[in-house]
Formats: sequence, structure tokens, C-alpha cells
Amino acid sequence: MSFSAIVIQFLNGLAGTSSLFLVAAGLSLIFGVSRIVNFAHGSFYMVGIYLAYSLIEYFGRGSALGFWGAILLAGLGVGLIGIVVELVLLRRIYQAPELFQLLATFGLVLVIKDVALWIWGAEELFGPRAPGLRGGIEIMGRTLPEYDAILIVIGPVILGLLWLLLTRTRWGTLVRAATQDREMVGALGVNQAWLFTSVFALGAFLAGLGGALQIPREPANLLLDVTVIGDAFVVVVVGGMGSIPGAFLAAFIISQIKAFCIGIGTVEVFGASFAMSKFTLVAEFVVMAIVLVVRPWGLLGRPQAMPRHAGAAEERISLASRPLSMAAFAVLAILIVLPATADTYTLVLLVDIFVFALFAASLHLMMGPGGMVSFGHAAYFGLGAYGAGLLLLKAGLPMELALALSPLVGALGALIFGWFVVRLSGVYLAMLTLAFAQITWASVYQWDEFTGGSNGIVGVWPAEWLTSKTVFYFMTLLLCGASLWLIRRIIHAPFGYTLRAGRDSPLRADSIGIDLRRHQWIAFTIVGAFAGLAGGIFAFSKGSISPEGLAIPRSVDGLVMVLLGGVQTLTGPVVGAAVFTWLQDEVARQTEYWRALLGLTIIGLVLAFPQGIVGFVKARLPARLGGGL
Amino acid sequence: MSVLKVQDLAKSFGGVRAVQGVSFTVEAGELLALIGPNGAGKTTCFNMLNGQLRPDQGEVELGGESIRGLAPREIWRKGVGRTFQITATFASMTVIENVQMALVSHDRRTLGLFARTAGLYRKEALSLLDLVGMADQSERPCGVLAYGDLKRVELAVALANGPRLLLMDEPTAGMAPQERIALMALTAEIVRARNIAVLFTEHDMDVVFAHADRIIVLNRGELIAEGAPEAVRANARVQQVYLGSGGHH
Repeated sequence: MSFSAIVIQFLNGLAGTSSLFLVAAGLSLIFGVSRIVNFAHGSFYMVGIYLAYSLIEYFGRGSALGFWGAILLAGLGVGLIGIVVELVLLRRIYQAPELFQLLATFGLVLVIKDVALWIWGAEELFGPRAPGLRGGIEIMGRTLPEYDAILIVIGPVILGLLWLLLTRTRWGTLVRAATQDREMVGALGVNQAWLFTSVFALGAFLAGLGGALQIPREPANLLLDVTVIGDAFVVVVVGGMGSIPGAFLAAFIISQIKAFCIGIGTVEVFGASFAMSKFTLVAEFVVMAIVLVVRPWGLLGRPQAMPRHAGAAEERISLASRPLSMAAFAVLAILIVLPATADTYTLVLLVDIFVFALFAASLHLMMGPGGMVSFGHAAYFGLGAYGAGLLLLKAGLPMELALALSPLVGALGALIFGWFVVRLSGVYLAMLTLAFAQITWASVYQWDEFTGGSNGIVGVWPAEWLTSKTVFYFMTLLLCGASLWLIRRIIHAPFGYTLRAGRDSPLRADSIGIDLRRHQWIAFTIVGAFAGLAGGIFAFSKGSISPEGLAIPRSVDGLVMVLLGGVQTLTGPVVGAAVFTWLQDEVARQTEYWRALLGLTIIGLVLAFPQGIVGFVKARLPARLGGGL
Repeated sequence: MSVLKVQDLAKSFGGVRAVQGVSFTVEAGELLALIGPNGAGKTTCFNMLNGQLRPDQGEVELGGESIRGLAPREIWRKGVGRTFQITATFASMTVIENVQMALVSHDRRTLGLFARTAGLYRKEALSLLDLVGMADQSERPCGVLAYGDLKRVELAVALANGPRLLLMDEPTAGMAPQERIALMALTAEIVRARNIAVLFTEHDMDVVFAHADRIIVLNRGELIAEGAPEAVRANARVQQVYLGSGGHH
């Protein structure tokens, strides 16, 4: 790259910094004060860009006042949506477990996506270029768009304004105090409700503004929500939770990496050519992984204060009561005789349910007894699926062998990622799992030659003797049933107890000779193997694999299943998976807007059953019957 | 040979000398109290012995073998049991499961994937619980116990690896006066019967003078007195920095 090209890429990176910073700053503020990781923040950005598009159309494309007015109004509109969301939804769940809050905001993502689809349609919408800023600025023989120059200025200006707001006003002092110690601020008699609402409104406004400002640079589309939230998570985690300057620094670093990856283009390394522009996603997540391992609290972040009440005491785990064992055998008996009467559709649905029950149970082993929440469990499911498919088609292995190796592929991925993951804890651990899932997704999505890119792999069919749906059903029942039994066994075994010991009291675990990190790493790998097996079976049941199989929504599906059933129960994940898979199938057949319905269902469930379905039932059963649930 | 031998131990935090040049020994079957006013360096000293802090200088020997710089879990394997100022137990497990967990770890069986933990080392765990008077509550969840009972569970857990040395940080903190005396009497009885060495820090002087065989006194990171309870009580310097300043509570 010549010097002038470097300068231009640097300026491009600066222009990209602004929008990313706005979204991340809002996310960081909200997390700092309310401790809610707002998954819907990317959706606010998306709504911002759509609103800006419509308002500009309304005011007329030529007017500069109309353009800038539309952008500001779009931001304010999103801020208003933020107020409504806070008052109607979040206010009711501040006391709920962290994960339920996350689920509720993900429900919101689904609802907002479908509302946007309903209002603006599925087509990409191209906004106008900014009136009066259509030209470019000559810099060393290259052109920088004038609008980009404005963006370069806007970011630091807003950083400055936020800084003034946070350090020079009483409101800002309260926000900073709440970020450091929320309970203390409450104890001092500050009206927290009002503080939370205003912070959420400001955060939403910033996200909406960040989106609106991008309208001349990128088309409004329905994929922005998840893409942007992924980026924003990275920025917040790299910069440090709750730190505004950290968000700016991280947004700057990430944008520069992106700009230079695109700017470098294709490079030759030892005769092989790499299109660097394809590695932007991987590059930014690699940066995040490095930062988190070296500085677990982010570049400018501080270790989080532990909440004084760590929530309700963890539930006991006991062996199955007699009635429960009998019920389990009854269900198994029904599942064995069922194929004699059931139609193909039911069998296919049940295969899905078995697969996801295993997927959810493996996630539960990690979240419940392991105490490590994963936002990216789909990575190991996807590795198993792709591993099986590629071993079958590229390596030419027999189907049976390819399926048998799928848990190993999942476990290998978990072994490598787990080494980093177990070094962290809490929200940071969860975010790192998300980062690794995104790396896996990006690699699969961008590596056309090997993984089929966005099209995925087709022709992943089972062996001759398994082509009958009934035979495949029995194979799945056997594999998943045996795995579930094994997982239950592990939870009751010394290894499961050791994980719980580490979750309950790391200090005590350490002082009775337990190397917690090592056990967590092994648990992560075991869990990866089970998820990989689920993915392998899934691939052969569908005959194809696509990148959606390991994208964020699949990870969230897993979380929904586990939480729906109840984290502190053993049967919960299985019940949750069954209900969720059946519900998704039902709803998807009924309406085009199934996502919104699903989202509303999730939100409703979170509000109705904060302990999950099985937890709800367990609390209402006599202890004699509920044991081992 | 002394069970624990500490020589010339020192630790500074950014220029503040928290502990400097501290040396002492603890013998088998002996209860040694480590006392001193707030900020004297008791906790720092303690944490260098149990592996949570690495000393800047000095030597820590357990039965003649250096344990300096080892991790807490490695020190435990050498035969050192611990109890904490704020009890640390596994809240999702029953009383007996807490003890079973320590026994499972002692036999290095924590990686077992198939055995049912509930059936492992039950007899051993029950006899330990019997020793501390908690056998009748063995099936209760730890999360619902009274604080004094939690302290007893911790003691049973600390005894699970057949320790040579017990490190007890404020063993009676947070308990009612009657309970304090009872717990320390129980501890003294057990350790003398088993010939275990005990080092404990304690704020309650009644407990200290009733049960310690010897006392060492820290002030501003330095050892200022060492000896039998009566000698320490009579020591002018101790009275000046510690007892004289109204610390008798």
C-alpha cells in the first residue's frame, strides 16, 4: 500500500468509528446502569436508519434542513421507542435473572424485525446522499467523500458532549455513581426508576442516531440488527463495559482494522492468495479475543463490582424420585411404539425435538452445573454439522463414520475456544463465547470454496439403511436418549459435583484442592462433543447444512430452550426443547410474521415464568414427587 | 520438627510494608493465635501462608518442605486445611455432600464421570460430621443452615484431608459469644486428639486467652511479642499498642 492509500484508509476508518461508537456508547451506558445486556440495541440502530429514510422521503430529498432534521428526528423517535420499551417491558424484569433479561431483549429483536418487515418491506432501501455534501475532498491525489469528513467530526463531538453530560451535570454524576454501585445509589434515595428510563432513552437515541447517520453510506436492510449488535458487543467488550472513552477507543480500533482489511485487498502469502476483505469479521473478533485474554475487563474497563445479593441460592440436585423415573420410562415406551401409528411429519418433527433436546441439555450442563453461560453454543452444533457434511463429501468417509466423528469435531472446536473462555467469568465469558461463535460463523460464511459460503452444503444424506424415516427416527432416539442419560449421569457424578462446587464457591473449591479452570475446560470440551453430535444428526436429517445452523439465532434458541425449561432443573432443557421446537414449527406454519409471534411468546414467558416451566411445576409439586426434576 | 516454620516473611503493596521480617513456628497439637490491631498485617500474613499471596521474601516450610509460592489447592494437598472468616461452603449441596466433595477431591476422583457422588465416602463423611456435632443435620441443604452450624461444616470439610495444619481465619467471627467458646473448645479438643497444629487469627480476646497455647502479636507488619498467653498479656508493648487502646472486645 502506498502512503496516500494508508492515509485514505485511516480516514475511512475514522468515518466508520462514529456510528459504531454511537451504538456502543448507548449499549455501554445502559449496561453500566441497569446491568442489562440489551440485545435489541442493533434493532434500535436498524429502526434509526429506516426512520431516517422515511423522514427524508417525507421532507423531500433535496433540502439540507430536511436531511439533517430527518436524522435528528429519527434519533429522537428511536429514543421515544426506548422509553416505551423501558416502561412496558424492562421495568418489570430488573429483578429477574440476567439471562431472562437477555432473552426478553432478544424477543424484542424478533418483534422489531417483523414490524420493520411489515412497514418497510424486505427490499433494501437506498437513501440519498447528503444535500450539499455530495462532493469529495482531495487528499494526496485521492478522494475522501465530504460526508465522511463530517462523520469523522461527529464522533468526537458526541464523545465530548457525552463527557460533559456525565461529568458536569447532576444527572451524569448519578449515572456514573449507579455504574459503580447501583445499590448504593438506591440506598441514597435516588429515584432509580426515572434514572433508568432516562438512561435507556439516551442509549436508544444514540443507537438510532448512529443508524440514521449511516443512511447515505449503506442501504437500510433487515439484517442490520444482528450485524450491528455483534459489532457493538465487540466494541463494548474491547473498550470495557460502562466506559464511554473505552467505547470510542475500541470503535476506533475495530473500524481501523476493518478499513485496512478492505484496503489491503488480496495478498499473496507463500503463493496462496487471501482476500483480506473477507477476513474483516474474523480480524475484529480475533482482536476481541486477544484483548479479553490480556485485559479481561476491556482496555479502559474496571472489574465489575459483585452484586451483594448473588440471587437465590442455587437449587439442589437430587436423584430421580420413583414417580419421575416411571414417568420417564412411560414417555420412552410411547416414543418407541409411536412410529407404528404416526405419520412421517410427526416423525420428522420428533427427530428435530430429540436433536434440540440434546443441544439444549448440553448447553444446560455448561450453564447450570457448570455456571458458565454461553451465548455462542451454536458454534459447536455447527462444527458438528459441517464436520459431518465435509467428512462425508470432501473426505469421502462413509456416513456412519462421518456421524461418529461429528462429536470429535465439536469437541475439538470447544477444546481450542475453551482454553480462552475459562479464563473469564460472568458476562465477559458469555461475550467471548459469542465472539468465538461469530468467528466460526464468519469463517464458514466467507470460505466459499470449502464450506459453500452462504449456500452451505447440500447432498448430506444418510446411508442406504437409514433412508427410511422410521429407521432414522430410531437411530436418533437411541443416540440422543443415550446422550441425555450420559449427561444426567455426569451431573450426578463427581465431575458434575465438582463443577457445581466451583460455581457455588470458587474460594472453597480452590481450598479443597480443585483445579477449577481445568475442570471447566474439560466440561467445555465434553459439552462441545454433545452439541457436535446433535449437529451431526441434524445435518443428516435435513440432507443439507447452511450457515444459519451456527448463527446467533441458533445459539439464542438454545438459551430459550434451557431457560424455558428452567436452568436449575435436569428435565428442564428437554421439556424446553420439546415445547420450543413444537411451538416454532406450529407458528412458522401459521404466519409470515412468525418471528414476531415467537418474540412475543418469549417475552410473555419471561414475564410469566421467571423460573422456567419445570421450575414453575416443581414449585407446585410436593417434594416427594418433584425430586430429580 | 515444627509443623509450620515461617522465616523472615515480607510483603509490600506499592511501597507500604504490610508485613516485614516475620518469623515463627507452630508445633503439632498446638494452637497458636495470631493477633494484632486492625491493619497490623494479620490477613496479609495469613494469605501468604495459604497461597493466596506470594511473599516478596522469606520462607514458608511445612514439615521441613518449602510451600512458598504454591497455589492454595497445592498447599491443601500437602496437608493444610482452611476455614474462612466468612464461611465458604457449597450452597446447592447438602451438609454431607460438602464433606463428600472434599473427600472425593482428596482421593483425586473429581474427574469421575459415572460414579454416583451421593454414595461415595458416606461413612467417612458421617464420622467427620459426627465429630463436629453435625451428623443429625447431614441431609440438610447448606444454604439454609444457621451461621454457627455452617462454621462447624467448614471445620468438618477442613478436617477431610487429614491435615497436619489448620489455618483458621477469624474462626468465630459473626457468632454469638456462647457459640464462640463452644466452637473453639470443640476445635481445641479435636486438634489435640489428632495432634494437628493450628494457626488462627481472632478478634475476641476471651477466645484467644481461653484456648491459645501461645500467642504472637503483630503491629504495623512487625512481630512485637511472642509467648504464652500470660506473658503476652503482661507484655508492656502489647498493652501499649493493642490492649491499652481499648481493643478488649
